[in-house]
Amino acid sequence: MTASSNNIDLQAVKTTLKKEQRQIFTRQILANQSLMVGFVLIVLLMLVALFGPLVVPHDPNEMDVLSRLQGPTAEHWLGTDNLGRDLLSRIIYGARISMSVGLSVAIISSLLGLIVGVYASYYKWLDHLLMRLSDGIMAFPGLLLALALMAALGGRISNVVIAVSIVATPYIARVVRSEALALQEQTFVEATRALGASNTRIIWQHIAPNTLSSLIVQATFIFAEAIIIEAALSFLGAGVPPPAPSWGNILSDGKTYIFQAWWMTAFPGITIILAIIGLNLFGDGLRDLLDPHSNQGKK
Amino acid sequence: MAVPFRIRPPGGAPLGDAAEFSDRAIPTRDLGSEQRETEMKSYLLKRLLSVIPVLFIVSTMVFLILHLTPGDPAIVILGDEATQEQVDDLREQMGLDRPLYEQYVYWIGNALRGDLGESFFMNETVTESIVSHLGPTISLGILAELIALVLAIPLGILAARRKGTATDQGVMAFSLLGMSVPNFLLSLFLILLFSVTLRWLPVAGYQPLSAGLWEHLKFLILPAFALGTAHAALIARMTRSSMLEVLNANYIKTARAKGVKERWVIYKHALRNAFLPILTVAGQSFLSLMGGTAIVETIFSIPGIGQLIVNGVMRRDYAVVQGAVLYVTFAFVFINLAVDLLYGVVNPQVRLGKKK
Repeated sequence: MTASSNNIDLQAVKTTLKKEQRQIFTRQILANQSLMVGFVLIVLLMLVALFGPLVVPHDPNEMDVLSRLQGPTAEHWLGTDNLGRDLLSRIIYGARISMSVGLSVAIISSLLGLIVGVYASYYKWLDHLLMRLSDGIMAFPGLLLALALMAALGGRISNVVIAVSIVATPYIARVVRSEALALQEQTFVEATRALGASNTRIIWQHIAPNTLSSLIVQATFIFAEAIIIEAALSFLGAGVPPPAPSWGNILSDGKTYIFQAWWMTAFPGITIILAIIGLNLFGDGLRDLLDPHSNQGKK
Repeated sequence: MAVPFRIRPPGGAPLGDAAEFSDRAIPTRDLGSEQRETEMKSYLLKRLLSVIPVLFIVSTMVFLILHLTPGDPAIVILGDEATQEQVDDLREQMGLDRPLYEQYVYWIGNALRGDLGESFFMNETVTESIVSHLGPTISLGILAELIALVLAIPLGILAARRKGTATDQGVMAFSLLGMSVPNFLLSLFLILLFSVTLRWLPVAGYQPLSAGLWEHLKFLILPAFALGTAHAALIARMTRSSMLEVLNANYIKTARAKGVKERWVIYKHALRNAFLPILTVAGQSFLSLMGGTAIVETIFSIPGIGQLIVNGVMRRDYAVVQGAVLYVTFAFVFINLAVDLLYGVVNPQVRLGKKK
């Protein structure tokens, strides 16, 4: 009887503890300024990317030669470009392209990086093979490798995703691998092995889930980097082919008319910077929250 | 050693975080001097040998990139109007009619002898193109690095000395901004401000050093700033955290207690000891700085290696793209190796161990 009442008490204590933990966690989230600011910025941009195209007053490719190269007016809030296209509409549609490229790259390279990372950490022979391969990819300056890949694959939005994912995967795999190596030393993995769990089970049920917090932090930075590389590739004419309103394409047009139309450079530029700052802040905040042991370079 | 929490090359891919550094970290555990020396030697040897697979993989990837092209590269280069005869000729000239492994052996053999093939559009070999485009890139890289160091170290020291104040927060905010603004955007904004609005500096172009120092620098200042700022942001962070670590040390307290002037404490006692990690970060991220040259050179019409590659991509001049990317990446690998080895040599812990 005492045993059962003890059990009930324990249960109650457990739930209160869990509740308290959750409260502490929530408080940590709310107190984390960079996380909140970054989160708000990203959510705003996501909303713009998702719903903006439904409310924009102009078609992003609708040309109006009579009102070309106009500064910001009531009709065109952010001005028009060299073909008289509405800049605001183009930037909003561009958010769709940039955000989807960034997100796709983050997801694809996370999945690939997770697989490569955990298997490399688990099998020694694979480790040598995969890590030398990732050393090779990381030896290239990222933009140059992406450029060379685009030269071979040809300018298409799906090829941009492929090229940038290839560049980004080793950076995820490295993080996952080092995390997974540390996990394998831990008792719970040893215990699972002693219980006779299969390798697949240990890898996917016990190691992989525990690498996720580091992975997500890294994926946020990859997201930001993918947006930058996409914009750079499109700017150079090797990314999303024009006239698609990608941010890089808008900037590329803007460079040609930089003397006549500062707004063609300034507004898409500021949008990109906001997106990158948002993602960087979010990533920093996330790291503080999920991964407090990592070296943050601040004391 | 404190490690920068994140190195994100401007426009390039992010480097992995601490993992990348810890892989190369030099053993500093308290070992007997002999043991330390052998460990040092085996580290140097391991580091030297580790270059071989990387070079092999890099060259294989560069070779294979051409073969990723959907369809026939010869048709892609010549366009749809080319006759079958022209296509066959070019295929033979490029060696595409031979089996893949034979092409690879032929290509790598030539590359090892310094023959990277011939440019399809410019009437010269790829090696000649690379050599003629090297100067501007080197000038740009050095100037960018100088700007970064001159900006970053005083800012980092300032932030460390006034930790927690508005100055500190200002420097850190600048650092976040510097790392968040991609270099091509910064280039465009600098052009807007200094070339279009103020008309102080030319929009684009290049003059070699032989045309006079100011003529040379005039065209390089803006692109060097564009490249150097992100780098400066990183070094400033590193300087700050490294100085903070040192400023808490007992010998600094002793120096202050002795009544040594604050300026002297900072520059003579603290900075000297904080310098090594700063230099390491500066050396290692110099490469990521150089990775941004492709786009910055294109924007400012500087005839460097980056522009050579971008033009090669535009014209589908595969030999140039392959050759130049291979060259740049090899240069990166070797500079990185040199920085690592040098670090091992100048690391005081290692040096002291040898003296004993």
